[in-house]
Amino acid sequence: MSHESTTDAAIESDVEAAIRENHPALITYITAGDPSLEETKAYVEALDRGGSDLIELGLPFSEPIAEGPTIQAAINRALDAGTTPRGFFELVDDLETEAPLLVMTYYNMILQFGGEPDVRPFVERAAEVGLSGIIVPDLPAEEADPLREACDDHGIDLVFIVAPTTEGERLDRIMSQVSGFAYVQARLGTTGARANVSTATHDSLARLSEYDVPKAVGFGVSEGDHAAEIIEAGADGVIVGSALVDIIAEHGSADSGTESQNTAEHADGDAAAELEAKAAELKRGARRGAADEDAPEPEQP
Amino acid sequence: MSTSERNRERDSESTFGDYGGQYVPEALMPALQELEDAYERYVLENEDGFLDEFRERIRDFGGRPTPLQRADRLSDRYDREIYLKREDLVHGGAHKLNNALGQVLLAKYMGKERVIAETGAGQHGTATAMAAAHLDVPCEIYMGRTDINRQRPNVYRMRMNGAEVNPVTAGSGTLKEAINETMRDWATTVERTHYVIGSVVGPHPFPKLVRDFQSVIGREAREQIRDRAGRLPDSVVACAGGGSNTMGAFHEFVPDEDVDLVAVEAGGSSLEIDEAAGLAPNSATLSTGTDGVLHGAMTKLLQQRDGQIVESHSVSAGLDYAGVGPELAHLVETGRVTPVTVDDEAALNGFHRLSNLEGIIPALESSHALGYLEEAHEELGDLVVVNVSGRGDKDLETVLEETENRDLAAAPDVEVFDQ
Repeated sequence: MSHESTTDAAIESDVEAAIRENHPALITYITAGDPSLEETKAYVEALDRGGSDLIELGLPFSEPIAEGPTIQAAINRALDAGTTPRGFFELVDDLETEAPLLVMTYYNMILQFGGEPDVRPFVERAAEVGLSGIIVPDLPAEEADPLREACDDHGIDLVFIVAPTTEGERLDRIMSQVSGFAYVQARLGTTGARANVSTATHDSLARLSEYDVPKAVGFGVSEGDHAAEIIEAGADGVIVGSALVDIIAEHGSADSGTESQNTAEHADGDAAAELEAKAAELKRGARRGAADEDAPEPEQP
Repeated sequence: MSTSERNRERDSESTFGDYGGQYVPEALMPALQELEDAYERYVLENEDGFLDEFRERIRDFGGRPTPLQRADRLSDRYDREIYLKREDLVHGGAHKLNNALGQVLLAKYMGKERVIAETGAGQHGTATAMAAAHLDVPCEIYMGRTDINRQRPNVYRMRMNGAEVNPVTAGSGTLKEAINETMRDWATTVERTHYVIGSVVGPHPFPKLVRDFQSVIGREAREQIRDRAGRLPDSVVACAGGGSNTMGAFHEFVPDEDVDLVAVEAGGSSLEIDEAAGLAPNSATLSTGTDGVLHGAMTKLLQQRDGQIVESHSVSAGLDYAGVGPELAHLVETGRVTPVTVDDEAALNGFHRLSNLEGIIPALESSHALGYLEEAHEELGDLVVVNVSGRGDKDLETVLEETENRDLAAAPDVEVFDQ
């Protein structure tokens, strides 16, 4: 990964560089500890091989209010497997990937890490293990000062989500504070794979077009064709989570047994191979979208 | 500065000391801004006569004011003056209607097409369903599967009032999970839906909004005790789960430093947290919780050391919640409110005692306050107001079952039913 700045402005972060240099970028998400931290390591490496430009790892929280059923179930599997913040950080420390890694978790998990309610111990540990960014679905910009200051001190990006309902003055304020990239929520509601790309995505990207910051679209993206459409609509990257978590859920775990019994005979290698293939499909889709975007207008007969 | 300007200034703060705030997904932030604006205009400024309509409806439909009744036999038993604020007599059988009616009416003033709500014991769901039927607004209620099983009469009542009841099966299937699910619905439909939150919890401005609708309890009680006893009480006692009847009873007394405010929490079967199992056999958040963020606010929580929220417990479904209102957390932190606990058994005894001595069957929630009265009446002064937050019809099955398993001093012999 590059630490070189591509502009004359302040030093560009790992996260921003990953998007700008690999444009159009693929950002993938899975939940750490689903179904175990060992398997997560293999899956992250597969997503990296498959062409992910950034990888988000979910640190499970017991009350994931922004998640749909797919990721909520993954979080429950991870918690049942005994996933803790300490185990999570050890996993990240152990990982060697091309793609920079981000952690996605809820604010209480960050607050409680050091034993007293304080965001700093979490950020310090995140920097120590080499995480490049943090995404917190229940932390709006209004409440983010303490975490942002801690992140700034450690050179970590704090990524904000822009929703279809974010408009006017709030949008200006959030976009002026974007660090790494703007996480554009494709539709109202929770995370989860959908059959098509929401019209809200097009509206949001049109609304954001005047801001010169990388924009990545998530919530509902599951196929290469979606990625193509989103990039074509003006996004710099696509974020895919539930579709990947579905692959992990289908394979279950040879260790944990009970869930997904009918498919548990699949070797872990298969899940990793499928994740790699899915990432490659999504990356191809994104590139196709970019090619369409750059293609000259067809000549009139 | 006018009163309304002072109100605006006082209420534009989103926190109470270190507690409160707005920790929600970005998609909900504009809705909270819109609600804050509506709160200031309609509730604080009485724009379009909102407050006049609310007061009229809570009187004619809701049955307010409720009496402040002298409890003669309890007064004799404890050798001091005991008064009961009879919120069990509000339409629907609990204080919950004060808030539900206020919020559903506010949703109408805001032009929302639909209301959703979560419910634990079913009292808030019932109150919201009643208010929604009364005001002709479509209504959906989220309720944990466990709570549906232990509070069936309330489920029937919600359905009869035309509300959809959506079972929530995640986790332990209680209030915490129902709130998560309602937040998800809201995040999807926020542009046309108002979330009628059921207690003084959640992101700003909900804790203030709900407190203001509930503060009618303390406002009435304050006037009534002055009329009856010629002075303010030595203490006000109310049970605390999320804290809406608590804040409702306390709010008007907060400036009266001579009045002790006692919040009685559910001590369940033990005050310890089982870290390994992720369980708290109690719901004593104010007494034993630690600071953290849950359901949109910084408050006191029952949580594990690494931040995972634990499953709470109380014999009373209505108190069974791992969080508590941020204002109450602040009042405890600053020493204005004293949190105490009463275990399941003392609450059940409180239930039987009031039923037996005064002819009032209290909700299991309120029974905790009555349990505390028995244990600590000597510390409460000569003139005590106890908030009877609701009536106990909904709890009869639970009480019979729990009484059978215990040797309770105050319980009648119920075996006669089986003969």
